[in-house]
Amino acid sequence: MLEIKGISKTFNVGTVNEKQALDRLSLTLNDGDFCTVIGGNGAGKSTMLNAIAGVWPVDEGQIVIDGQDVTKLPEHKRAKFMGRVFQDPMNGTAASMGIEENLALALRRGGRRTLRPGIRNQERKLYRDLLSRLGLGLETRLTSKVGLLSGGQRQALTLLMATLERPKLLLLDEHTAALDPKTARKVLDLTQEFVEEQNLTALMVTHNMKDAIAMGNRLIMMHEGRIIYDVSGETKKNLTVEDLLKKFGEASGEEFANDRMMLAN
Amino acid sequence: MLDMFTIAELTKLFNALPGAVAQGLIWGIMAIGVYITYRVLDIADLTVDGSLGTGGAVCIMLMLTGHNIWVSMLGALLAGMLAGMVTGILHTFMGIPAILSGILTQLGLYSVNLKVMGKANQAINVDKFNLLVSLRFIRGVPVYKNTILLVAVIVVLLIALLYWFFGTELGCSLRATGCNDRMARAQGINTGFNRVLGLMLSNSLVAFSGALLSQYQGFADVNMGRGAIVIGLAAVIIGEAIFGRIFHNFALRLLSVAMGSIVYYLVYQIVIWRGIDTDLLKILSAVVVAVFLAIPYWKSKYFTKPAKKGGSQ
Repeated sequence: MLEIKGISKTFNVGTVNEKQALDRLSLTLNDGDFCTVIGGNGAGKSTMLNAIAGVWPVDEGQIVIDGQDVTKLPEHKRAKFMGRVFQDPMNGTAASMGIEENLALALRRGGRRTLRPGIRNQERKLYRDLLSRLGLGLETRLTSKVGLLSGGQRQALTLLMATLERPKLLLLDEHTAALDPKTARKVLDLTQEFVEEQNLTALMVTHNMKDAIAMGNRLIMMHEGRIIYDVSGETKKNLTVEDLLKKFGEASGEEFANDRMMLAN
Repeated sequence: MLDMFTIAELTKLFNALPGAVAQGLIWGIMAIGVYITYRVLDIADLTVDGSLGTGGAVCIMLMLTGHNIWVSMLGALLAGMLAGMVTGILHTFMGIPAILSGILTQLGLYSVNLKVMGKANQAINVDKFNLLVSLRFIRGVPVYKNTILLVAVIVVLLIALLYWFFGTELGCSLRATGCNDRMARAQGINTGFNRVLGLMLSNSLVAFSGALLSQYQGFADVNMGRGAIVIGLAAVIIGEAIFGRIFHNFALRLLSVAMGSIVYYLVYQIVIWRGIDTDLLKILSAVVVAVFLAIPYWKSKYFTKPAKKGGSQ
């Protein structure tokens, strides 16, 4: 489904802030893989997701989605392949537009935007049904401005938008990191539900190692722009947080000294 | 106590008010154009200072060379569209900040406007040409020819058209671009194209307004657009200040912008009537707009409780 072949990206070339964020990274995801991504700060997790989404062009390498080379496609053209949820709940929705308008934008992802009505009556029933599944009471507030919603509500809505038109790839960039633990749990449960139901191929970056182990069928660990550990199936299921910390030490030759990650357990 | 002098003065003011309303309505179309860039697209587009004059120049020159009024108005509209496209391309394709792109186009348009007119000012005679609007058509003309009524109808039609457009798939994607372009791109929206489109739409309205204005005052002038952006912003701000709490629907918001423009010109007329030095009007407008632009900032800085920090970070 997704093939990343040796992509590299260096930011701020030629300045003191030069930083190689991705270093000849390769990754192949099979259809239906739900892969969690962990790693310290600056390991390149979000950078990898942004490279796949086409936020900027990569320096070298190739990205293939569903057999199509998308390396040269701009971000908005790649959008037809993928649904995305960002870390910041403010990023995934248009605050000044209504809930139904946001959903209608998402329903048309990948399609041509014409002079037909931006939202049709029959869509509203679909939106109400889907929103009621979130269990947040949003189904009665179709025309409310998204800016009035809480971070958790916005994130759940973004998740719904990302999967409304079945994406070939779902990119989740620490999408629960900015939420309180209870809301984060709720959004993670919804994530699991949506991914399983539509049998989606997904990449989920997380700081929480327990979540990374518990969710999905595959786990990769990143360090300095590369994948240093890739595990799936039974082996992954039986992992413990201690195993991961040890693996990190072995593969990188460093202590996994990241407060945030330790605390997140 | 009203003596003969004040009565005469008041009569003078009341006689001037219909003209102020007409002017306010015509500038209201421009202000709606400014609203599209400033509020919908979240771009402060300074092209308008040039494209207003371009609209006037193109319209007057087309009429002087024997073209039909409607053809001339259409020509003005297309010229404005082109001006918006230039700014859009400078901004998106060439990566120049929006404000600077607008300034560059505006500067370039000064030469364009001079070349179109051949000199700094071109008059058009209301008796010899079949003008749509004129300051002579305010009083003592048949109802269908009345400038206030005619421009009011045009404003309503334009608002209806814009209301329809911003409800379409394309129009919604334009609103999303202005609100959150990152989200827009993630939803497959070509934000660069949309910005160009929005600037074209906005400037076509501004040029259309310029075409009406030059007919109304009987001439097009190379300086007629100077400070237009400030008047446009003033109209947007006044409209929001007066009607913001009751008008939530998009069409009503556009209407409030047009009303804001009328209020601006009524106040302007009163200021002139009070005998204030008209040389000072521009700095007065600038100060008023600056203060109103600062209010939301001051509000958020000094009058809000600190926001609750959410999340686990």
